[in-house]
Amino acid sequence: MIEIHNIHKSFDGKKVLDGVSGVFETGMTNLLLGASGTGKSVLLKCIVGLIKPDLGSVTFDGTYFTNNKLDIRQEIRRKIGMLFQGSALFDSMTVEQNVEFPLKMLTSMSKGERLDRVNFCLKRVGLENANTKMPSELSGGMKKRVGIARAIAPNCTYLFCDEPNSGLDPQTAIKIDELIKEITEEYNITTIIVTHDMNSVIEIGDKIMFLYQGKKLWEGSRDDIMDTDIRELNDFIFANRLMRDARKVEQEEEEEAESIEQNSKLDDPGSI
Amino acid sequence: MLQHFGNYLLFIASLFYRGEGPKIIFNRTIDEAILIGINSVFIVAIVSTFIGAVTCVQTAYNLTNALIPRSTIGFMVREMTLLELAPTITSIVLAGKVGSNIAGGLGTMKITEQVDALEVMGINSASYLVLPKILAAVFVFPLLVIIAMFLSIGGGYLAGTLTGEVTAQEYITGIRSDFIPYNIVFALIKSVVFAFLISSISSFRGYNTSGGALEVGESSTKAVTFSVIAILVADYLLAQMLL
Ligand SMILES: Nc1ncnc2c1ncn2[C@@H]1O[C@H](COP(=O)(O)OP(=O)(O)OP(=O)(O)O)[C@@H](O)[C@H]1O
Ligand SMILES: [Mg+2]
Repeated sequence: MIEIHNIHKSFDGKKVLDGVSGVFETGMTNLLLGASGTGKSVLLKCIVGLIKPDLGSVTFDGTYFTNNKLDIRQEIRRKIGMLFQGSALFDSMTVEQNVEFPLKMLTSMSKGERLDRVNFCLKRVGLENANTKMPSELSGGMKKRVGIARAIAPNCTYLFCDEPNSGLDPQTAIKIDELIKEITEEYNITTIIVTHDMNSVIEIGDKIMFLYQGKKLWEGSRDDIMDTDIRELNDFIFANRLMRDARKVEQEEEEEAESIEQNSKLDDPGSI
Repeated sequence: MLQHFGNYLLFIASLFYRGEGPKIIFNRTIDEAILIGINSVFIVAIVSTFIGAVTCVQTAYNLTNALIPRSTIGFMVREMTLLELAPTITSIVLAGKVGSNIAGGLGTMKITEQVDALEVMGINSASYLVLPKILAAVFVFPLLVIIAMFLSIGGGYLAGTLTGEVTAQEYITGIRSDFIPYNIVFALIKSVVFAFLISSISSFRGYNTSGGALEVGESSTKAVTFSVIAILVADYLLAQMLL
């Protein structure tokens, strides 16, 4: 479980995060939802300590992280797997070496075990035959997938993914979403996913935090997200025509059900 | 300026705080050393051969007095190149080549979040990336300078004999007369100091890049400028202290 408390961050006087608090549950896919530029990536980096918040604190399973001693922070970080928004693959290494890297640095596996694990992870993201390719030879979506493979290679306790399925086709995107959810539940880890993809929200949003202009506006699960009356959230969700259509169908069904109910009341002779 | 210097010292100190194990650093150092050595040996060879040749021809041109033996040309080439030209010019050339390479590489890693990726894994990225570069430079630069010494004396020999300014016999007599072994030691000390300055200043510049591709270019340029200035200042100070 990761708890964040009152995180503030400004860049050159421009407020990006304005007092965000919340809890990210273990064994669940926690989604950070929000429009472009609302500070999702900045919040994620504040949580892992790559950006120092101006104010506020983060605890990992009860261990205080922000401003703690470097050894303690490094200890926690060795349990973190992270996918960056821009993939951040090491461009002097092949795909295989990239995925192997955290295993080499953080575990005591033998070379053979490491390679097995690398191939297993690459297979799960659908990149069986890319071992010897360099990152510069990959497409954006392939880089993302190698980044995911690298993040999940050491069995991490905390998994952070910054837009894991942006730049992927809908089919692959769903596969990646499902993979992340599967890993989260299988190993009971704490996963935070930054996204603005409504498909992910509906597919895997166990717990969702909606950020708007640096503030947390709403929190809940995928089941309640359609029925809020927060205008900003509704604008965000129903910007997409498919979502609007889905809402319309739902409303029509509801109305129909209501009218049937009323009709049946009218028809029922016993009620008169 | 003073603040930059302070940050530089803190940066150097951070390389040694909770870094990776000696085995990892050692392997990385070997990789970096091979990279620096192979990439630089060609340019060092060309520069030093020509410097030897030019020194020889110019000394011969200035040596008009018939009372001074022609072997002085060999002597002058040796003195000039061993003491000053081989270590200093080689290092200035390497500041351009190795320094910009280090700053550009680290700068790119920084802006594409590769450094962040290392940090998130709990790795001391400065130590992991930078320390091997400094160690490799400190180890390889003296070797390159030794090559430069041989080649510049060889270059002088070729230029002298081919132009007929000096015979082979005279040149060899010249380079063997009044030899002071300490000069070699001094030159190697210089090369180690220069290696440290170039690699650490360039790493500092590259590691503190933020922004985009434009800033990476800026970091490279600044790395070379500061390295060259540092070399020249250190050259003067070392001559004052050790000669
Ligand atoms: N290092 C930085 N220096 C200055 N401003 C920054 C920095 N990093 C982020 N910002 C600013 O913080 C704001 C939030 O950025 P962030 O990257 O968190 O957005 P995001 O929610 O992840 O958007 P997207 O969905 O497009 O990735 C932006 O306005 C950005 O300009
Ligand atoms: Mg982002």
